[in-house]
Amino acid sequence: MVEVQVQSAARSVAPQDRLWDVVILGGGPAGMAAGLYTGRALLSTLIIEKAVPGGQIANTYLVEDYPGFLSIEGPELARKMEEQARHFGAEIVYGDIESVDLKGGVKTVLTSEGTYRGRTVIVATGASPRKLGVPGEDELAGRGVSYCAICDGAFFKGEKLAVIGGGDSALDEGYFLARYASKVTIIHRRDEFRAVRQLVERARQHPKVEFLMNRVVERIEGDGKVERLILRDTRTGERSAFPVGGVFVYIGMIPNTGFLKGQLKLDDRGYVPAPEDCATGIPGVFVAGDVRYKFLRQLTTAVADGSVAAMMAEKYLLDQGVEPGTKEKEAAVKA
Amino acid sequence: MSGKVTPVNRGEFEREVLQADQPVLVDFWAPWCGPCRMVAPVVEALAEELDGKLKVVKVNTDDNPELAMKFGIMSIPTLMVFKGGREVERFIGFQPKPALQRRIEPHLD
Repeated sequence: MVEVQVQSAARSVAPQDRLWDVVILGGGPAGMAAGLYTGRALLSTLIIEKAVPGGQIANTYLVEDYPGFLSIEGPELARKMEEQARHFGAEIVYGDIESVDLKGGVKTVLTSEGTYRGRTVIVATGASPRKLGVPGEDELAGRGVSYCAICDGAFFKGEKLAVIGGGDSALDEGYFLARYASKVTIIHRRDEFRAVRQLVERARQHPKVEFLMNRVVERIEGDGKVERLILRDTRTGERSAFPVGGVFVYIGMIPNTGFLKGQLKLDDRGYVPAPEDCATGIPGVFVAGDVRYKFLRQLTTAVADGSVAAMMAEKYLLDQGVEPGTKEKEAAVKA
Repeated sequence: MSGKVTPVNRGEFEREVLQADQPVLVDFWAPWCGPCRMVAPVVEALAEELDGKLKVVKVNTDDNPELAMKFGIMSIPTLMVFKGGREVERFIGFQPKPALQRRIEPHLD
């Protein structure tokens, strides 16, 4: 009973004024799994999310490769993960992470909405869609340039659409968009797709999907909305205008690690190198999910990392003499 | 009425938004849109805090595709601010509340 009272007292302290056992950067599957484990281990846990809990799965139509669910809508699975992390005591705040100071026994995280302090930090900020980096792309984002077919596809009923890319996502989302569009052209810079054959064949057999190989986008043009792409043929160098009502870009991901520069070692593509134990080399700092250098980036590998990072954070705290279950007594720290 | 976000359809849009006396924040959303569910509580909080200064309504783009088309909505959530029947701000995608508030407040009387 006493503990319940202590808990409610600590909960009335603002998240900025507490010293958290674990601060998790990112509320995607890796962060949610980590939060579920550390929360369940009775460590005080704060998850900082910039937009929508669930990360990339919040923008995924159907998830069919996560054990236990034959098929589940991405946003629904995201909501379940959030619910479970909260159930075990993790708290979630929103904000854009601007910088971090990871050295020493108390680490600080500066966000657009406030500064948070933790004894350990788990970096689980994931990756974002890579942009084409061509003129017109930023100006027409949300006006026909999209990185999310499930979010925006329904606004393009009867339109002619282009999908840029040659991997699994491009082929999968191109197929998905064909339900709305009058025609979907998958445009790829090489002469063959990187995507698995089954996805290529499924798209090839769809009457509304066509392929345009050996073309790169040089510019996106339109007055207030996307009207045409300027394409270049990589073999001949010839340029052509390609009229479309919308363009969906699927050319891979880039890790969200800009705020880590000077704090953690990054590889040449911006990922955080860390071995199987998710340890970054800085005591008390771990990395989980798509942001970690790894062979396969999937929902399953993200939650696996989250669990490992959480256990390592707990072990680190025990080594420091922080006992699980004492979290609420120590939580309220005078600023 | 405080803190209320009223659903508005195509027939009501002219009167409720374009001819409103106050600035109006319009939340274009759809039930299948994950990020829209995130924006909803932010919009509700703004409606409450700015009650009396800002009118807040929402448009379901599935039920009102004509409105989505008219205003060139191609991604949701999109939030728009109308003042005197004219678009003065447009936010595409999820925005945290302080960021929204900073850009909405200059339009309030």
